[in-house]
Amino acid sequence: MTLQEERHVLVVYPHPDDEAFSVAGTLRLYHNMGVPVTYACLTLGEMGRNLGNPPFATRESLPEIRRKELIAACEAMGIEDLRMMGLRDKTVEFEDDEKMIKLVTDLIVELNPSLIFTFLPGFAVHPDHEATGRAVVEAVRRIDKKYRPRILACAFANDTVEKNGEPDVTIDISSVKEDKLKALKAHISQTGWMLQETAKRVDEGEVLSDSWLNTEKFYNVVFND
Amino acid sequence: MKEVNTNELQELLNSFANKDVFIHLETTNGSYATHYNENFFNAGAFIRNVQLRYELGKVVGDAPHRVGLKMPHGWVYAQGITHFELDDQGRLLMAGIDNTGKLAIALEISESPFAY
Repeated sequence: MTLQEERHVLVVYPHPDDEAFSVAGTLRLYHNMGVPVTYACLTLGEMGRNLGNPPFATRESLPEIRRKELIAACEAMGIEDLRMMGLRDKTVEFEDDEKMIKLVTDLIVELNPSLIFTFLPGFAVHPDHEATGRAVVEAVRRIDKKYRPRILACAFANDTVEKNGEPDVTIDISSVKEDKLKALKAHISQTGWMLQETAKRVDEGEVLSDSWLNTEKFYNVVFND
Repeated sequence: MKEVNTNELQELLNSFANKDVFIHLETTNGSYATHYNENFFNAGAFIRNVQLRYELGKVVGDAPHRVGLKMPHGWVYAQGITHFELDDQGRLLMAGIDNTGKLAIALEISESPFAY
């Protein structure tokens, strides 16, 4: 599909690299259209497991490595407004729920986005993804429906299609696949093994292959009021 | 971090004994374990910046090693430690890293609090 003009695009994900996998190409397309994009990244992925063997990092040096990778990835995606929100990896769901909703509400009030990208609650696998998606959906639900920004949500739980059907929105990013690849490679501490895992899953017949570099798929979050 | 040398690690453990220290202890299978294998029971534990004082610290066994800290009223231990370093801030960082390069356990000891 062709992207429509947006006033401002807000992206809310918990980990450096969430954006590269799910929405990097789409964000690059918006940037190329001149649409302002803000990325609120809640943590620095401090608890990432991949340290290499022999190790290239320690538990304590990893956050700074991932902070630099995040900045480089944003350059590849053309994101000029990166907000690092200072939470700790794997603790997002244990933060106060109202604090999380306020974090999102404050961003919406400041930026007045017409479109928000986040994870789809219930189908986002990682507890931080779930907590992030929940906070975004609740913050938007509380806005008068006349003024609500649209939410496009990423989902990849194994039962996603079974429970939700195919994604509502498929964005062709083939024209910017090199930029997406650059964003993925910027997160090199993470993407090394993940790309291997992906290759393995494709070998096992679970297709997730061409989606990464040619299309990005999202569900609309619909409110029943 | 480098692979555990028990003599060297034992000396470092001794150097933090009988001092008020901050502990980071973490075990993890990763948040995606059940996503990749639905039969996998995912469990882990995490504490950070808990302050304690141990009277005896020991590293035991062949690789992967076990490290135990005996306190006046209790214990801390970590199983599966493969690597360690004394970092540039004087903190003793120990980790168990599996053969794919992923951290499975971490035990860290510092006289000053770890970052958030």
